[in-house]
Amino acid sequence: MAEKFINVTLKIWRQKNAQDAGKMVDYPLKNVSTDSSFLEMLDVLNEELVAKGEEPVAFDHDCREGICGMCSLYINGEAHGPDRAVTTCQLHMRMFKDGETITIEPFRATAFPVIKDLIVDRDSFDRIMQKGGFVSVNTSGNTQDANALPIRKEDADNAFDAATCIGCGGCVATCKNASAMLFVSAKVAQFSLLPQGKVEAQERVKNMLHQMDVEGFGNCTNTGACEVECPKGISLDNIARFNREYMKAAVLGSE
Amino acid sequence: MSDTGLTKTSIGRKILMALSGGFLMFFLVMHVTINAISMFSPETFNTISHFMGTNMLIQIAMQPVLMLAVVFHLSMGVVLEMKNRKARTNKYAMNNGAANSSWMSRNMIVTGIMVLLFLLVHFVDFWIPEMVTKYANGDMTGLLPDGGMRYWEELHHKFANPVKVGIYVLAFVFLGLHLMHGFQSAFQSVGFRHKKYTPVIEKLGVLYAILIPLTFIVIAIFHFTTQQ
Amino acid sequence: MATLDSKIPTGPIADKWTKHKNEINLVNPANKRHIDIIVVGTGLAGGAAAASFAEMGYKVKSFCYQDSPRRAHSIAAQGGINAAKNYQNDGDSNYRLFYDTVKGGDYRGREANVYRLAEVSGNIIDQCVAQGVPFARDYGGLLDNRSFGGVLVSRTFYAKGQTGQQLLLGAYSALSRQIGKGKVELFGRHEMLELVVVDGKARGIISRDLVTGEIKRHSAHAVVIATGGYGNVFFLSTNAMGSNGTAAWKTHKKGAYFANPCYTQIHPTCIPRSGDHQSKLTLMSESLRNDGRIWVPKHLKDVEAIRKGTLKPTELKEEDRDYYLERRYPAFGNLVPRDVASRAAKERCDAGYGVNQTGEAVYLDFKSAFQRYGKEKALVEGVDNPTPAQILAFGKEVIESKYGNLFQMYQKITDANPYETPMMIYPAVHYTMGGIWVDYNLMTTIPGCYAAGEANFSDHGANRLGASALMQGLADGYFVLPYTIGDYLADEIRTGPISTETPEFVEAEKAVKDQIDKLMNIKGTKTVDHFHKRLGKVMWDKVGMARNAKGLTEAMEEIKQIREEFWSDLKIPGVANGMNTELEKAGRVADFLELGELFAKDALHRNESCGGHFREESVELDGEQKGEAKRDDENFKYVAAWEWNNTPGEAILHKEDLKFEFIELKQRSYK
Repeated sequence: MAEKFINVTLKIWRQKNAQDAGKMVDYPLKNVSTDSSFLEMLDVLNEELVAKGEEPVAFDHDCREGICGMCSLYINGEAHGPDRAVTTCQLHMRMFKDGETITIEPFRATAFPVIKDLIVDRDSFDRIMQKGGFVSVNTSGNTQDANALPIRKEDADNAFDAATCIGCGGCVATCKNASAMLFVSAKVAQFSLLPQGKVEAQERVKNMLHQMDVEGFGNCTNTGACEVECPKGISLDNIARFNREYMKAAVLGSE
Repeated sequence: MSDTGLTKTSIGRKILMALSGGFLMFFLVMHVTINAISMFSPETFNTISHFMGTNMLIQIAMQPVLMLAVVFHLSMGVVLEMKNRKARTNKYAMNNGAANSSWMSRNMIVTGIMVLLFLLVHFVDFWIPEMVTKYANGDMTGLLPDGGMRYWEELHHKFANPVKVGIYVLAFVFLGLHLMHGFQSAFQSVGFRHKKYTPVIEKLGVLYAILIPLTFIVIAIFHFTTQQ
Repeated sequence: MATLDSKIPTGPIADKWTKHKNEINLVNPANKRHIDIIVVGTGLAGGAAAASFAEMGYKVKSFCYQDSPRRAHSIAAQGGINAAKNYQNDGDSNYRLFYDTVKGGDYRGREANVYRLAEVSGNIIDQCVAQGVPFARDYGGLLDNRSFGGVLVSRTFYAKGQTGQQLLLGAYSALSRQIGKGKVELFGRHEMLELVVVDGKARGIISRDLVTGEIKRHSAHAVVIATGGYGNVFFLSTNAMGSNGTAAWKTHKKGAYFANPCYTQIHPTCIPRSGDHQSKLTLMSESLRNDGRIWVPKHLKDVEAIRKGTLKPTELKEEDRDYYLERRYPAFGNLVPRDVASRAAKERCDAGYGVNQTGEAVYLDFKSAFQRYGKEKALVEGVDNPTPAQILAFGKEVIESKYGNLFQMYQKITDANPYETPMMIYPAVHYTMGGIWVDYNLMTTIPGCYAAGEANFSDHGANRLGASALMQGLADGYFVLPYTIGDYLADEIRTGPISTETPEFVEAEKAVKDQIDKLMNIKGTKTVDHFHKRLGKVMWDKVGMARNAKGLTEAMEEIKQIREEFWSDLKIPGVANGMNTELEKAGRVADFLELGELFAKDALHRNESCGGHFREESVELDGEQKGEAKRDDENFKYVAAWEWNNTPGEAILHKEDLKFEFIELKQRSYK
């Protein structure tokens, strides 16, 4: 538990821009506090690089408390690194040993092209959301009272659990097929569990699925890796529900 | 939207994979049961084999369906694999897949192709001679020149060669690995998942993936060791 | 120059908003299609406003510096959102929410705005539920509530410790729907670097594409600034790393008055600082104070033993613990407002009772809650005569269901298990009540330029109550701006498309490019973070939880000096015409270095203690309230709105007198 200082060697993917081929570059880093977070360790590296006049390593990050979903990184062969139920910003250096070599790569998927170094473009997620990740209700001071429609606690809790997805893309990065099923299923499941979302459930599932396929994500082969690596523990239950909802829409739907 | 039909979407395709796989798993149970009988009663085995081989419903209706399921499961598997590879063209320098998933789940295409290669051997061994005898030569009697039933004899002699037995045993190991993931995966793909029942299905899957290939292996070794 | 007309409607407080809505101008649906609105920021206020505008028919351009609107820092709000629904039958009403908020803000908020906030609070919950926001529910399927600091009712709606996330995803989904329909054009990874004012009206912005470095002009009939607060002026805060004051500050420099910059909320329950490497501070939701009790040891010898590690906090006897909030404020106990709780923690730590190595931490203990909930659950589960171990296990289960994600977050950061040992917490900069001055319509002193959410100064006075920020952000975005912006735009229906080729746009673009060139060409020796950390230290030490004239005067001078060094010794590697994270930070820190000085100036001029602003010179000297903050209504009952005047130190003060017609001005007592 006590703070220690360790030396590590970082192998980091450097790529100037989307067109650049990119390569792995080694950076030794000394006296890293085990109490610091992984991104704070990278801050220290970047301070050193800037001091030397080199370009710092670009990586996505924002809230640094595991909720915004902006941070990514594939660390030692795992999305968000070796710890469980954390985002990269919550990963701490106490998970690593003195003298360890740490490999840091961007999330890799055809639908997540690299922008620079470790930063990737995850707009494909937004485009999927734009196709149906919502309840079609306009802002209005005259919606019915919030308590007019009781919702079974279990359904509300399951919808909430699905809704805690932070859209980081760790599932895609982890999946051997770069499939986005966990992400999309979480949204589909949230709305299909709630009465407000049931109304347009069939259109939603078809439209979101279609966009997911168009974006070039792979197919789900049920390896379950996404659930293990998901910082928020989004369950495979959602994928099963997504499959069911799709069958309902494709087999029973009117079109 | 017209392009969200079963064959057009990623989920639709995996549902079809699951359904064809499920059908094949059902067929395997039948196949292994009949074959197992060969260890206890050559007569019963002959009777059943003759019935299966000459019943027109089975031959004209069931057999093509089975073939279709095999071809579909295989070719769709290959198509999906190719699509999946395209979904990540830049590979990771370091990837620790073992940290989050089983080897079986990550290598369905490997175990699947091994089973496919085996199927080719299996076809040359049994199915093609069967077809030649029955439909090219028109011999629907199921009899050997000496008057006895031919099915058990043919089966028994195929396993005289230790190399062949080795190939069969190896193939069944791959089949087992394929089923180890495939069984429970099929249920997930069709959306069957339940807090109470899924753990049971997972256990059943392991049991199935061990029991079926193991029985096939035992049958092959039985015939090899009982050669005269 | 603009005058401070707050445009508060006349009439009884409960009727003002309805009357105003009935009287303001509307834009006909056919005309809305020809009117552009720029919304900068996609948090609760910006996201909700952009979605609502688009639903109404306006053409909207939405900007965020993050890759996706869903990442705005509203997402990090944990505890909940207030609404006067009175579902708990505890006597809540719009008036009570209004009253609590005005009192909580230490009578430095604008009555009419706050009443409107309370009035629309119920609509927000209805709207969010309709969007599919999964609020916590009880077994009957109805919405659950919890209680927050500074109030005597349960009116806070929540979704575990992720309420902000769920509300933001609600607004984001509404926004996504409009983007999908082509009604909103989204500019992700774009930062607003200048406001364009043409003929005295806000007509557009200049943005930088953070991926390509391209500088772009965007025109519109109105501009909404919804870019959050400026807490990162302290370097360490609970804000996101990218949270910045640039859009607000550029707007200020273009003529919008900046109000009450010194009103900053220091949140009492954050994870204490651990070392120099630290890049940000993490909040532990105020909701934890519902069930956790705050204490330090009574005796200094125990403090020393705890720091040495020879005594565990769990071993300390009840009678040797000082539950100082319960001792000092028996009526509200651990649920006093944030400013009060923070100052009390600082008081104990300054006296030497801090329980960690740095001496800046107090305990937040769930022992009693484990017992209370454990016994209750044992009863419900039908366990007769439960053993102490059973009670504890049940208690932990209940706490986990309420705060599981917060406990997990705490453990991941500190490597200590809060189910086994009390949490250590300390105050940290969290929220800025100050911001761009706006009138009742949320319009700034620049016509056509609006400010919403944390970016404006409006509703929270000198201190914000817990669970009120989400309420205000969504109120502004869903239920205020969509109405009030029409009043202005009704006069714009004949304007037609606005050209970006006018001299004002050219000049604004040039100013942006010049600043970038200047930053890139300093070619000094120090990194951006070096300056930011120095600024943060000055702010925390001299403009932090306790302020005095000497410190503030020094701070103004020191900030000015750091600013000068920044502009002569900054080093930015890389190029401007591509992604450059150091350049992004540099622009933001350049603005913080100006804002910080105005912040200190405002704190210096306000020689009273109110809410989050505590002047050591202004405390009660005797009586029951001895040692508590002393407000000075006679001299400071106004909003301090600062007008830019070439340099922050020379800013010109304008006062908006606060009239309290419906609430009696009283000393705020939580005893």
